[in-house]
Amino acid sequence: MHVQPLLDVRDLSKTFVLHGLGAKLITGCRNISFQVMPGTFLAITGVSGAGKSTVLKCIYRSYLPTDGQIIYRWGESETDIARLDDRGVLNLRRLDIGYVSQFLRVVPRVSALEVVGERLLVEGASLGDARREAGSLLARLKLPEELWDAFPANFSGGEKQRVNIARACLTKPRLLLVDEPTASLDPGTKRDVIELLRELKHEKVTIVATLHDREVVEQLADEEVQMSGGRVWSTAS
Amino acid sequence: MSEPHEGKPVLNVQGLELRYGRGCPFCVAATGPEAAANRCPHCGTIVACAEVDFSLYEEEVLGVVGESGSGKTTLLRCLNFDLAPTAGAAYLADFEGGQANIWDANPQRKRYIRNHLMGMVYQNPRDGLDLDVTAGGNIAERLIMANQRHVGHIRARSSYLLDRTEVPVDRMDEPPRTFSGGMQQRVQIAKALANGPRLLLLDEVTTGLDVSVQARVLDLLRSLQRELGISMIVVSHDLGVVRLLTHRTAVMKNGRIVETGLTDQILEDPQHPYTQLLVNSLL
Repeated sequence: MHVQPLLDVRDLSKTFVLHGLGAKLITGCRNISFQVMPGTFLAITGVSGAGKSTVLKCIYRSYLPTDGQIIYRWGESETDIARLDDRGVLNLRRLDIGYVSQFLRVVPRVSALEVVGERLLVEGASLGDARREAGSLLARLKLPEELWDAFPANFSGGEKQRVNIARACLTKPRLLLVDEPTASLDPGTKRDVIELLRELKHEKVTIVATLHDREVVEQLADEEVQMSGGRVWSTAS
Repeated sequence: MSEPHEGKPVLNVQGLELRYGRGCPFCVAATGPEAAANRCPHCGTIVACAEVDFSLYEEEVLGVVGESGSGKTTLLRCLNFDLAPTAGAAYLADFEGGQANIWDANPQRKRYIRNHLMGMVYQNPRDGLDLDVTAGGNIAERLIMANQRHVGHIRARSSYLLDRTEVPVDRMDEPPRTFSGGMQQRVQIAKALANGPRLLLLDEVTTGLDVSVQARVLDLLRSLQRELGISMIVVSHDLGVVRLLTHRTAVMKNGRIVETGLTDQILEDPQHPYTQLLVNSLL
């Protein structure tokens, strides 16, 4: 049987209009096209300002795409995320698509376990079950157990990032979007995060990540889209 | 092409309008964000809000942001029947199968809607509570309005609600006047939830609270929303509150909704000039 891409980005462009500066136009990305097959890892690479995060945020719809299509397929159905209404996007986020931002933002004074377990709580799991599952994932990511009941707002950059990744991975989304997962990590933690992403890949989670660390790209990526000045510069697999 | 999941609207508002003054045919056209005015230059009428349309879905939290005078509190007070709109319709899924405009209901039916189908939490606890009646008595009043008569049941329900909103149950028989601001706000939330409404209206609930108390109230609202599966409208001028609590956000200016979108999209990629100004002014 012919396998269809899970995600099919076609001629995606994003232009920001800054009204405060006399409707100045800023190009985020231009004519971006690529496909992601189910269960594969695609890396979007390039220097800072190349437009990597813009593409990722358009797929998650934190940004409204200006032009182009983002075709997402599940089962026999498909939808254009670029044109999907807000309700549709919320449903996809709840059921299908996870996102790991560069920076963790959470309610102050909520414990790491509850931050990580929140998706399970939303789905109706008991607090005990959510905490247990969150704890086992945090253990895998080697977050010291003494921090589990502490508040992530006070954590170091690396600890925060582990909470951030654990939060998005707990319910195993079909598509995981990851923005610079290893940027603020020491070598040891970086290895743990790479290991977790590799395991998710084995569990058939499709991953699109922005990366600028060559080592991580080489260890994880099946495909690579190199961006420069908001455009695709080359694609490789 | 189909959505992965179809939600039902809990509330649908169409063409809400509230004017103070005699009005003229130009009031709506001559006010609003483009004119940057609420006062009609032709007849002096104040247009507090106009052309307000939105839907709220099951288990959804909608934020309403905007500066003072943008009409966000007016919107909430119309829904709670504290103010009578000049025009418009609102349909609640739980009232007459969503077929009847709640603003056309008779006073008795309005009381029913207010006491059973929604709960309102005011910015100032004084508006939502009688500060000199005990905390338990405040909640009981609401239960009695919904025809609860059994004293034992009323006490049990009141203490359950206070416990649930993290108010020490042993202070149930004390008046909220003796409580801290954060605790008064939690009693208000308990009272609003008394009759198990599916819709909660929140007006600047964390404004004026210490940051530490604010965090606790926010966390409480999030867990209540999740566990009870209720829908909420959160009016706030604090974009941080809206970011943490809401799924979608409507931005208001001069009585109109100028932009609606996913909350993260409103904050990260605002489209309307006014929203851009608002977001760029964030500290």
